[in-house]
Amino acid sequence: MKHEPIRVAEADKRPHLIVIGNGMAGCRAVEELLARDPARYRVTIVGAERHVNYNRIMLSPVLAGEKTFDDIVINGRDWYDSNGITLIAGDPIVAIDRAARTVTSRGGIVMHYDRLLIATGSDPFIIPVPGKDLTGVISFRDMTDVDAMLAAAEKGGSAVVIGGGLLGLEAAHGLSLRGMTVTVIHLMPTLMERQLDEAAGWLLKTALEARGQTIMTGADTAEIVGDGRVEAVRLKDGTEIPADLVVMAVGIRPSVALAREAGLEVGRGIKVDDHMVTSDPAILAVGECVEHQGQVYGLVAPLWDMCRALADGLVDAPSGYTPAPTSTKLKVAGLDVFSAGDFSGGDGAEDIVLRDASRGIYKRVVVKEDRIVGAVLYGDTADGNWYFDLLRRAESVADIREALIFGQAFATGGALADPKAAVAALSEEAEICGCNGVSKGQVAACISMGAHSLDAVRAACKASASCGSCTGIVEILLALTLGGEVEAGPKTMCKCTSFGHDDVRREIVAQGMRSIPEVMQKLHWTTPDGCSSCRPALNYYLLCALPGDYVDDQQSRFVNERMHANIQKDGTYSVVPRMWGGLTNPRELRAIADVVEKFNAPMVKVTGGQRLDIFGIRKEDLPAVWADLNAAGMVSGHAYGKSLRTVKTCVGSEWCRFGTQDSTGLGVKLERATWGSWMPHKFKIAVSGCPRNCAEATIKDFGVVCVDSGYELHVGGNGGIKVRATDLLCKVATEAEAMEMCAAFIQLYREEARYLERTAPWIERVGLPYIQARLLPDAAARAELARRFFFSQQFSQDDPWAARVEGGEREQHAPMARFEPVAARQEEMA
Amino acid sequence: MIGEWLDIGWVEEIPLRGSRTVQVAGGEDIAVFRTGENKVFALLDRCPHKHGRLSQGIVHGGAVACPLHNWRISLATGEALGADKGCTPVVPVKISGGRVLICRASTLRAAA
Ligand code: SRM
Ligand SMILES: Cc1cc2nc3c(=O)[nH]c(=O)nc-3n(C[C@H](O)[C@H](O)[C@H](O)COP(=O)(O)OP(=O)(O)OC[C@H]3O[C@@H](n4cnc5c(N)ncnc54)[C@H](O)[C@@H]3O)c2cc1C
Ligand code: SF4
Ligand code: FES
Repeated sequence: MKHEPIRVAEADKRPHLIVIGNGMAGCRAVEELLARDPARYRVTIVGAERHVNYNRIMLSPVLAGEKTFDDIVINGRDWYDSNGITLIAGDPIVAIDRAARTVTSRGGIVMHYDRLLIATGSDPFIIPVPGKDLTGVISFRDMTDVDAMLAAAEKGGSAVVIGGGLLGLEAAHGLSLRGMTVTVIHLMPTLMERQLDEAAGWLLKTALEARGQTIMTGADTAEIVGDGRVEAVRLKDGTEIPADLVVMAVGIRPSVALAREAGLEVGRGIKVDDHMVTSDPAILAVGECVEHQGQVYGLVAPLWDMCRALADGLVDAPSGYTPAPTSTKLKVAGLDVFSAGDFSGGDGAEDIVLRDASRGIYKRVVVKEDRIVGAVLYGDTADGNWYFDLLRRAESVADIREALIFGQAFATGGALADPKAAVAALSEEAEICGCNGVSKGQVAACISMGAHSLDAVRAACKASASCGSCTGIVEILLALTLGGEVEAGPKTMCKCTSFGHDDVRREIVAQGMRSIPEVMQKLHWTTPDGCSSCRPALNYYLLCALPGDYVDDQQSRFVNERMHANIQKDGTYSVVPRMWGGLTNPRELRAIADVVEKFNAPMVKVTGGQRLDIFGIRKEDLPAVWADLNAAGMVSGHAYGKSLRTVKTCVGSEWCRFGTQDSTGLGVKLERATWGSWMPHKFKIAVSGCPRNCAEATIKDFGVVCVDSGYELHVGGNGGIKVRATDLLCKVATEAEAMEMCAAFIQLYREEARYLERTAPWIERVGLPYIQARLLPDAAARAELARRFFFSQQFSQDDPWAARVEGGEREQHAPMARFEPVAARQEEMA
Repeated sequence: MIGEWLDIGWVEEIPLRGSRTVQVAGGEDIAVFRTGENKVFALLDRCPHKHGRLSQGIVHGGAVACPLHNWRISLATGEALGADKGCTPVVPVKISGGRVLICRASTLRAAA
């Protein structure tokens, strides 16, 4: 039988304002209205939740046990009563009748309104995976969710939080404090990517892991597994994580269903004008459910501004809402994270970065035309509000720019704004280098004893030799003590750091660093994500230090190493398959010929490195070309790589009337052993069968010249811009010794040369005697170098072409979309 | 009806600090970039220097280093940075519900 609607008596003659939503924006709007004109409207607030108005953002501290529900109530019963507000709690509105101007609640209450305010907030987004409806899968939006989490936590066990944004991390933190084993699954490569840059995201991840949480980034949920209730979460890569509780915190969607059914204009949110009026003049909307100028919001600060504009409009004193930048803080005790404005940089924007690894601090302020446009702070957020204030007021920071990053106290501290004066004013005992405990007096003494450059100071007293954060101060001390005589420091890797290549390499190994963001943080990079010089170098250094363990960063590689082919001036690629030792056979030649015809390659050429180069291949066709070459047994020739290129050979003893040894055979063996290895620069090998040296072994990085009694091993030669003939390293009697020496030499080069330093300049820098001392007298040390080389080769001798043919990183070759403008043009004309 | 914006795919289809292309039939490619900060930009895929494919360069900060001779091009304005002079056409981008939309008119103009 149909329910008779309950009609509410309407004795009060004032216009009736009904508010749908008893949340943060709805109640704040009423507060603002009451402050302007308490008598103007008769107010009714209808809330789906059975609670009075509470502070939703404090649900996290409630979950973490730092607050109780009573602590977070904003307006208790007495507020409603004393202001004559009718509260209908726990009974959501299910329909709006705009023609009749009534709303109907689920319980059947029908009320007439003169003005209606929709403040329904957001709905948690539930990712549409199998198992999403299982018992034990909850979201994090209201007190009911918190109660459910607390009940689950009481039983202990494992929780999986899907989503590594603000909400997810706060949920994870709370559950972890409540004793659950917590895993966070995040789709993106870094945590809170919308608020934090990669550097801060990395610091945050490290800190949470140190607290015992498991953080999985780049992880895509495939399914929630369980029979009636949740048992595990399965990722797309097959990993299964046991779970007694799953919290979905992947995002929110404006709650617009009611408004849409009522026929209001709705985009992503309910569309409102500057006065928070919807497409129906009698209906207003405010909070997370609205869309204003194409924007929707997920933080409270802009909602407060909206509520002010709304109340001004309701009392006929319209002001209008203007969007303002927002800031975010993570509410996890002991982890200070702050982000504000736009830190994407863009044009004319300049980053000022301060990193202090020993104190776990990262600060980045983005300045554009002398104004702060964004800030990310990690570890020390004390100045967050100051930066945010400067940002909002668009105040010029030209005068305090030098000291801006050190914070308000320093930047506005008068004399201290001059860093030189500040250092001069320090006492002799003042500690300059925290890592090595070096005082100003000690640094000064070391300078007067002859350490006249940064490098010399680092060597003499270790100041600034570890994390480098005091480099600036040491440089000022050098300038103060020596006047103009400071010697130019070591060449730094690039403008992103004050460290040279050798320092960086040493510290990567010494501190066991494992990723590019970690190196940038620990060594105080002055840019957020490096540049095209340091990123490839760091990627190589890490790859070399952590064979088999380090995950190569494709985006830190030059295009040729990403596409496994050589880019040409017209944007096509050339393809060079490996021909071991310069040998080939009909099958390979046929396959190459077929590829040339099939893909219309405009040119094939014999290279200077004894193999064939196919030109003019389109990026899209590369995988298909490789598939055909692979089918004939050929693999990548790495003609593009900072890696082994070719092993050039001559015919040798097998055919040549002068040949002394099997130079071709040894060349093939050397190439089989060394191909695929990543190196500081390209590396070429040649084996000549006699001193006539037809393979030009004496202008190669490693050259073998066969003689009757064995093998002369030569190193450090190249052709190219500055020709350098090799130095004779030593002479050995057997092939096996030649192979071992080659491996040991390559490994020494891999571990000690600077990125983009070929063997010739490296040997000129360190001297042949040094290389000989490392390789010749100590057989065990040499064997160990060779062992390290072969160990790392285990992980690099996979044909990169084959992986792409299998479908790996296919997207690198395919366009994202195709667009046929022809039809469009016609339509435009029509 | 053809909208003013072309929907070219999900933001995640572009690698972080990387790029993808959009092919325009009868015209030049558009390069779509995603920075380390998850911002998306689009430029004509042609370096102002000697027409290198910017989509194949290294993306760092708000710029891309051209793969041919290492000019740095601003993703926001298409302008060459540093001492180099030149400019590549920009295609406005907007993100809506995780989808990347590029301005149709600019795409046509740039690729023509
Ligand atoms: C294809 C080839 C020329 C040819 O048609 O013969 C060639 C082509 C290129 N060489 Fe070479 N070099 C080629 C053999 C050589 C040789 C001869 C040799 O290896 O015996 C030399 C002198 C020997 C040497 O390296 O010491 C040589 C010295 C250089 C140099 C100067 C190196 C130096 O240390 O000074 C460069 C520039 C560089 O690497 O920075 C270079 C750079 C290049 C690049 C990669 C330029 C570039 O960055 O785009 C060219 C790539 C073309 C392409 O797309 O394939 N190429 N290049 C040869 C490929 C060999 C192979 O099979 O892999
Ligand atoms: C755990 C958590 C932590 C947060 N932390 C922060 C933070 O640190 N900083 C920050 O700025 N923001 C934070 N936020 C976001 C902030 O809480 C929201 O921006 C804010 O609450 C939005 O206000 P609102 O009034 O639009 O929506 P809500 O506060 O959600 O209010 C909407 C209300 O409407 C009710 N409702 C919905 N439909 C109906 C209906 N048909 N009938 C009746 N009632 C209905 C809902 O039940 C709800 O009570 C956090 C949010 C959460 C969940
Ligand atoms: S010599 Fe110069 S032009 Fe010729 S392939 Fe080598 S780099 Fe290119
Ligand atoms: S073509 Fe881009 S730098 Fe030369």
